[in-house]
Amino acid sequence: MNAVAVSSSSAPSPVTAFPNRQPLLDVRGLSIALPPSADRELAVDALTFTLNPNEILCVVGESGSGKSMTAHAVMGLLPVPSVRVAAGALLFKGNNVLTMSEPEQRALRGGRIAMVFQEPMTALNPLMRVGDQVEESLRIHTDLDRTARKARVIELFAQVGLPNPAELVRSYPFRLSGGQRQRVMIALALACEPDVLIADEPTTALDVTTQKQILDLIRAIQAERQMGVMFITHDFGVVAEIAHRVAVMRHGKLVEIGTADEVLNRPSHPYTRQLIASVPHAMGDRPPFTPAGEPLLLAEGLHKTFHVGGGLFKKGKEVTAGKNISLTIHPGETVGLVGESGSGKSTLGRSVMGLMKPDSGRLLYKGTDLLSLDRRAFRPFRREIQMVFQDPYASLNPRRMVGEIIAQGPIAFGEAPAQAMARASELLTMVGLDASAAKRFPHEFSGGQRQRISIARALAMGPSLLIADEPVSALDVSVQAQVLALLDDIRHRLNLSMLFITHDLRVASRVCDTIAVMQRGSIVEMGPAAEVFGNPQHPYTQSLIDAIPGRGWEIPADLSHGEGVSA
Amino acid sequence: MAGLPRFLAGRLIKAIVILFAIVVINFLLVHAAPGDPAMVMAGEAGAADPKFVEQLRQQFGLDRPLLEQLATYVSHVATGDLGFSYRQQQSVWDLLLARLPATLVLTLTAFVFALVVGIILGTLAAVRAGSVSDSAITVLALLAYATPIYWVGLMLMLLFSVQLGWLPAFGYETVGGGLSGFARMIDIGEHLLLPALTLGMFYMAVYARMTRASILEVRDMDFVKTARAKGLSHGAVVVRHVLRNAILPVITVAGVQAGHLIGGSILIETVFAWPGLGRLAFEAVLQRDYQVLLGIFFISSVMVIVFNILTDLIYSLVDPRIDLAR
Amino acid sequence: MQSMNFWRAYARNKGAVIGLLIMAVVVVLGLFAPLIYPESPWDMVNAPFLGPMEEGSLLGTDTLGRDIASGIAHGARVSLLIGLTSTAVALVIGVTLGALAGFFGGWVDDTLMRFTELFQTIPNFVLTVVLVAIFTPSQGSIVLAIAIVSWPPLARLARAEFMALRSREFVQAAITTGQSNATIIFREILPNSLSPLIVSSSLMVATAVLLESSLSFLGLGDPNAMSWGYMVGAARTVIRQAWWMSFFPGLAILLTVLALNLIGEGLNDALNPRVARKGKA
Repeated sequence: MNAVAVSSSSAPSPVTAFPNRQPLLDVRGLSIALPPSADRELAVDALTFTLNPNEILCVVGESGSGKSMTAHAVMGLLPVPSVRVAAGALLFKGNNVLTMSEPEQRALRGGRIAMVFQEPMTALNPLMRVGDQVEESLRIHTDLDRTARKARVIELFAQVGLPNPAELVRSYPFRLSGGQRQRVMIALALACEPDVLIADEPTTALDVTTQKQILDLIRAIQAERQMGVMFITHDFGVVAEIAHRVAVMRHGKLVEIGTADEVLNRPSHPYTRQLIASVPHAMGDRPPFTPAGEPLLLAEGLHKTFHVGGGLFKKGKEVTAGKNISLTIHPGETVGLVGESGSGKSTLGRSVMGLMKPDSGRLLYKGTDLLSLDRRAFRPFRREIQMVFQDPYASLNPRRMVGEIIAQGPIAFGEAPAQAMARASELLTMVGLDASAAKRFPHEFSGGQRQRISIARALAMGPSLLIADEPVSALDVSVQAQVLALLDDIRHRLNLSMLFITHDLRVASRVCDTIAVMQRGSIVEMGPAAEVFGNPQHPYTQSLIDAIPGRGWEIPADLSHGEGVSA
Repeated sequence: MAGLPRFLAGRLIKAIVILFAIVVINFLLVHAAPGDPAMVMAGEAGAADPKFVEQLRQQFGLDRPLLEQLATYVSHVATGDLGFSYRQQQSVWDLLLARLPATLVLTLTAFVFALVVGIILGTLAAVRAGSVSDSAITVLALLAYATPIYWVGLMLMLLFSVQLGWLPAFGYETVGGGLSGFARMIDIGEHLLLPALTLGMFYMAVYARMTRASILEVRDMDFVKTARAKGLSHGAVVVRHVLRNAILPVITVAGVQAGHLIGGSILIETVFAWPGLGRLAFEAVLQRDYQVLLGIFFISSVMVIVFNILTDLIYSLVDPRIDLAR
Repeated sequence: MQSMNFWRAYARNKGAVIGLLIMAVVVVLGLFAPLIYPESPWDMVNAPFLGPMEEGSLLGTDTLGRDIASGIAHGARVSLLIGLTSTAVALVIGVTLGALAGFFGGWVDDTLMRFTELFQTIPNFVLTVVLVAIFTPSQGSIVLAIAIVSWPPLARLARAEFMALRSREFVQAAITTGQSNATIIFREILPNSLSPLIVSSSLMVATAVLLESSLSFLGLGDPNAMSWGYMVGAARTVIRQAWWMSFFPGLAILLTVLALNLIGEGLNDALNPRVARKGKA
C-alpha cells in the first residue's frame, strides 16, 4: 500500500444499494511494464482499487498518470508485447481476467465489460455502416437472430438519443458529427448489456454543450441499469458532475481514493490539493475593470465567409466564420472570446493578426483601419499586435535555438542581433525560465515551458495587444494554472491588452475582464465577466454556462487562492 | 449512382484537354528535333524518297506559319490520321490497331498477376510482421524491385526455355502450329507466361510493399481497437476491419499506375519478340520511324487516361465517402 | 552531437549498412576504372566469346573480344554520373515548382498542379524513349529526358511538405514577427522539409540508373559510353551461347540499384522524426 493518505476505499458509496455485494472489478497490485526505451519502468505501479456495482468511479489524473493504461489492461487491449502486465491481479466478479484463456477473455470483452474511447472521429470503421458495427457485437455475444439483432440496434440508437434511428443505422460514420459518433460508441458498448462500462475520456474531444448531453446520457444509463462505470478524465469539473467515488492517479500510482464529497471538498493528499487548486476559477480579489481612454482596438462589422469544397462542376458550401462582428478592446483590458468549435473565434483572432483578411468591415487600431493597409503599410503594426498560439509543439521551429526564435522578430525590424539576443535572455527570465534556455532547442522543453517561450517571443516585439489563441488548451491542468498566472502577471506588469480566445468558460473566468460569446460567426453577448457569468442574457450563453460540468461545486476555500506548485 | 453522368462528362472534357496537350507536345517535338521537320516526319526510310517528303510537306503544310501548321496537325489527329509509316507501308493508325491487342493481353495479364500476388504477399508479410517469412518476402520484394526487367526476362528465358525447354522463348503463339480453340489458348498461354511474369514482377514488388505498409498503418488505427474491444478474434479483426481499409488505397494507386506498364512492355516485348506495341516501338526506334513512335506515345497516354477513369469509378463504388459529383 | 545520432540511427538498419558498402565498392570501381583497366572498354583486347576466367579475362569477353570486367568498371562511371546528374536536375525543377505551389497556393498552385498532372498521365518510359529518340542519344539528351519524367513526384512531395508547414504555427509566428517570404521559405520551411526530400532523392537515383540502363538496352544510350544496359542489349541475341555477356552487367545494375534502395531506406529510418507527441505536458 502507498504510504500516502488514502481514504478508506471500503467506505460504502452513498448510492450503492448493496453494500455487501462483491465488487465488479477488483484491481489488486496491478503493475504494467513499459518497454525499455520509455522514460520510466512502470506505467502503472502496484495499483489497487475496486469498482462496485451501481456506481460511477472517476479516475482522475494528468497525462502520464497511467489511468488510460489501466483501462486498457482491464479490457485486455494493452499493446503487447511492448507493454505488458508485470504483476498483480484483475478480478472481474471474483475471477482473475489476467489468467483466463483468450476465448474466455474475448467473451468478457464487449460482452460483460465494454469500453468507450476518447476520439469519436476515428473510432468507427469508415467503410462499414454504423448499424452493422453495433450489430457485430450482438452477433458475437448473443444468439439473437438477424431480425432480432437489427431491431435491437434501432432500439439502442433510440436509447442513446440518436435522431431517426431506423434511417441512421444505414449511415456511414462520415455522415455523423462527433457527438453522434460518440453516441454510436455508447450504443455499441451497451449492446450486450455489460456489467461494467469503462469510459476513457469520452467527452474530452467534444464541445462543452455536447459534453453535457453525453454526460447526462451516461449518468442516466448508469442509473437505469445499475451498472458500474469507470470514468477516466482529467477534468475535475466532470468529476464533480457525475462521480460517486473518485480515485486520483499520478505517475502510475494511486494517491487518493474516496467518495466524491471527500475527495472534492476535503482532499488530503498534497497532489490532489494541488490539482484542485489548479482548476481555473474566477479570482475573487480581481478588481472590476474600468475602461479608460480611447479604445485600443475597435472592430466594426467584420464579415468573413469561407467556401469549402466545390470544383469545376459543383458548387461548394459556404461557411460563415464571421458575421457583422463588432468588438472593442480598451488599453489594459483582457477581452475573452468564448465559443465552441466552428464559432469563428479563431478566425477573428487571425484577422486581427493580419494572417487572414475579412471580406468587409473595419478594424481600427489606435485610429488606423488595418484592413485598408497593404502589406508594406501593415508591417509596422506587426510590432504592436502579437500572438500566442495553441499548440506548444508546433509553434516553435524545431531546428532553431530558442534564443534565435525569440530574437528573430526584433532583428527583422532592424534591431542589432547582439542586443536582441540579450533581450531574449531577459525575457526568458521574465517568463520563468533560465537564461541558458536560449542556447537549447525546443524539443528539450516540456509543453508548458514551450508556451512560456512562445510568450517570450511575442513579448520581444514590445506589443500593446496580445492575442492568445487557446494558449492553454493543450496543457495539463496544473501547468495550465501556471501559464495563466504568468499571462495575468505579465499583462499587469506591462499594461498589455489581451484578446483571449478559448472554448473553456472556466479559463475565461480566470483571466478575462470582459467576455464576448460567439456562436456560428456572430457575437451573441458581450459584457463584463461578472455580469456575463452571473446574469447571462442570451439563451446560447445560458446554455453554455449551464453546460459547465460541476457548476454546483465550489472549490474548497483553502485552495482557491493557490496557483499550483511547479509540476 | 447519382453523379455518374456528370462525373463522366467532367472526366471526358479533362481527357480531351490532356490529349490535346499531348498532341501539341508531339507537334513541338517534331519541330524541335534537329533537322528538317519534314525529314523527321518521314523517318529514315521515307527521307530517302524525295517524293514522299514533298507529299508530307504538302499534307501538313510544313512551309506555312507555325500556328497554321499546328491547326493542320491537330485536325489530322482528330480525324484519326496519325501519319504514315513509309518503312512499314501502312498508316500509323492501322499499325497501332493491329498491335494493340497483343499488348493489352500482355499488360493486363501482368497487371492482374502483379496486383493479386503482390497483395497476397504483402498481407502475409504484414500479418507475420517481424518473422522470418516477413523478412523473406521483404527481401524478395526488394530484389524484384531493384532488378532490370529486361535482364530478368533474359535470365528466365535462359533458364526455362533454353536450359529446361519448358516454355517457348519467342512470339505470341507457335508459328504454323495450326491450333484452334482451347489448344490454341493453351499455346498462347505458354507463350504469355514468361513475358507476363517478368513484366509484372516489378509492380508485384511495389504492391507487396505498399500493402504491407498499409496494413501495418491501419492496424494501429483507433477503429481497429474498437473492433478488438468488441471481443472479436484476432483473425476476424484482420479480415473484417483491417484488410478492406488497407487494401483500398493500394488498389487506387495500382489502377493509376496500370497505364505505365506499357512502358515496361517496350522492353519485355523486345526480349520475347512479342508482337505488340512495345516491339513496334523498338522497331520504330531502330528504323528512326518517328511518326510511329509519336503515335505510340499518343495511344499509350490514351490508355493511361482510360485506366485512371476506370480506377476512379471502381474506387467510388467501394468507398462510401467518395461522392462522384465532386 | 546531432550527426552522431544520425549515423547511429542509420547503422541500426543492417540492410542500409550493406547498401552503403556495396555503393562504396561501385563508387571506387567507377573512380578507379581508368587505373584498373587503362584501356578503353571499346578496345578489343582478347579473343571473342571467352567465358569467365578463360585466358586471363575475369568475366569473359563479348562478341567482339572486348573485356567484360573492363566494361563493368567503366560502366559504373556512366551509370552513377547519369543517375546523379538527372536526379539533381529533377530535384531543382521539382522542388522549385512544388515549393512555389505549396507556399503560394491559389492560382499558382492550381496551374502548377495541372501541369504536373499532365506529366504524370504520360507513361514515363515511353516519354523518355520518344525524347531520346527524337533528339538523338547523347549524355545531355538522356539526362534531360530522365529528369523530365522524374520531377513530378518530387514536386508533389515538396508541395505537400510546403503546404503542411506553411500552416504550421511556427511559420505563422514567423509571419507575425515580420519575416520576409524569402526568409520564411529558406529558414523556416525548407530545413524542416529536407528529410523526405533527401530520402526521395536517393530512391530517385536508383530509378534513374534503371531508366538509363533500359534506354541503353534499347540502343538509345550514349554512343560513346560503354554502359551496363548497352552490354546487356548487345548480348541479347547471343544469349544461348554466351550467358555471361548479359549476366554480369545485369548483375551489376541489380546490385547498384539494390544498394541505392537500401541506402534510401536507411536514410528514411535515420531522418524520420520519431518525436512522439506526448500531448499534454
